[in-house]
Amino acid sequence: MIEKTVAELSGSLSRGDISSVELTQAYLDRINQYNSTLNAFVTVCEESALTQAAQADTARADGLTSPLLGIPLAHKDIFCTSGIKTSCGSKMLHNFIAPYDATVVSRFNDAGAVMLGKTNMDEFAMGSSNETSYFGPVKNPWDTDRVPGGSSGGSAAAIAADLCAMATGTDTGGSIRQPAAFCGITGLKPSYGRISRWGMIAFASSLDQAGPICKSAEDAALMLNAMAGLDTKDSTCADVPVEDYTADLNNSLQGLRIGIPRQHFAEGLSPEVEQAVREALGVYEKLGAQLIDIDLPNNHLSVSAYYVVAPAEASANLSRFDGVRYGYRCDNPVDLEDMYKRSRSEGFGDEVKRRIMVGTYALSAGFYDAYYRKAQKIRRLIKQDFNAAFQQVDIIIGPTSPHTAFTLGAKTDPVAMYLEDIYTIAVNLAGLPGMSVPAGLADGLPVGMHLVASDFAESLLLNVAHQFQLNTDWHRLRATAFEEGH
Amino acid sequence: MAFDKTEVEKVAQLARLHISHTEKDEVTGRITDILALIDQMQSVDTDAVAPLAHPLDITQRLREDDVTESNRRDELQQLAPEVDEGLYLVPKVIE
Repeated sequence: MIEKTVAELSGSLSRGDISSVELTQAYLDRINQYNSTLNAFVTVCEESALTQAAQADTARADGLTSPLLGIPLAHKDIFCTSGIKTSCGSKMLHNFIAPYDATVVSRFNDAGAVMLGKTNMDEFAMGSSNETSYFGPVKNPWDTDRVPGGSSGGSAAAIAADLCAMATGTDTGGSIRQPAAFCGITGLKPSYGRISRWGMIAFASSLDQAGPICKSAEDAALMLNAMAGLDTKDSTCADVPVEDYTADLNNSLQGLRIGIPRQHFAEGLSPEVEQAVREALGVYEKLGAQLIDIDLPNNHLSVSAYYVVAPAEASANLSRFDGVRYGYRCDNPVDLEDMYKRSRSEGFGDEVKRRIMVGTYALSAGFYDAYYRKAQKIRRLIKQDFNAAFQQVDIIIGPTSPHTAFTLGAKTDPVAMYLEDIYTIAVNLAGLPGMSVPAGLADGLPVGMHLVASDFAESLLLNVAHQFQLNTDWHRLRATAFEEGH
Repeated sequence: MAFDKTEVEKVAQLARLHISHTEKDEVTGRITDILALIDQMQSVDTDAVAPLAHPLDITQRLREDDVTESNRRDELQQLAPEVDEGLYLVPKVIE
């Protein structure tokens, strides 16, 4: 039962094959059994989950139906949850009990979903391996010596090991898609502004976007239906009508024009990953799609521009952590300055401090034009590349990551880690919707296929991903050690 | 633009971070590497390009200036390291 998709579980619940309490208990048992190995959850809410599940069962008995009613989920620990610790993977917030729910959390509560707990993540979502978490790294269920990817590594590992039915993540430069690829599951980063950022702890405000981490494109559509939409509490949330994202899932792909970016199949891509993605593209050809080579000529500048924009915005956002109103405060400060400096230096980890320093430098007097303004100009070039490509094609497909999951501790050089997101970062800079779906194995490890659509074309994106999953079984594959009954 | 230990001290002060003497060399080296990555974007001529501040290239919505939050001071102050009679306490600022 625990390996089933949300769509399947929803059917089981409505037929009465299983109750939400039984289902919730089954996942809590899995978490009990495997979390010490995987470190995917930082907080488990056993009591409140079972209460929510019982309420969902009562609501169903009273005639309420909703696709997410009684479905157990996990939230990345970046989303504020009222009365429950929200740490953002940091010592700075190790004792922070959020006084309110994020809009994403409220929406899942309103839909009747059951929150099992909060998942581990890179500190303040800054990382591509989940190794920067104050609470220790998450392990990849496919090989526990390897990273699950990051920053939403806990959510991705929890889905891959069937510790929950669905999970939330956030993606600033690839933080949903890259862990989804490394863990062999499905992840969607919607268009910028599609989902409210209210109550989602800010990293880089012009790039951050929440999204579903789950077991199929159909599940991503069901989750997006609950998550998307205008929220007056977030002034950057888009006032664009919300569609029923399941409505187009079964559209034919006959005549679909798929753009294959030459720059995503160039030097640096592992041959095994390339082969898996090329084979996946073959599936699309059989479904009647047409493959067209395209260029994204400024893609190679995306990582450079991102490492100005994201740290600059982060340095401003993280200035709120001052040891005065909430969060960590150092012991025995001698004066105010000492309190600020030591609280921040002891409360933040090395990667977070590095990015604050880079961002502060980029924004400091005399450097603004050379860095932040220059990066914003590059950002426009990148957006223009995509606009030109979408004149020619309907969707863009390539690999999510240049290789499969790497070994824990293997990447100590920050710049090498930053280049992990070479295929995903441009999508955030351009604000486009992007998705990773499992497309095969390379040396026994999952390979992710990256799909990108134009602004607010999530329905097409999900349709294209769903058709692939109807014709392949990669998304059903589980690591042997975590198969049910093992 | 050379990034040296003097710059590290200056930036750390601006960011209100404390960098110890033992960390200074490593931090300087790491940030120098990151700035080298960033400087790749200087190779492109962008004189005629307008900066893109927001991915959707739109401006923020305005709303009426209505009070929407209730007073939750007592509740919120429970999160603070040190408070007294509704005030946040910090080390003495004025002698």
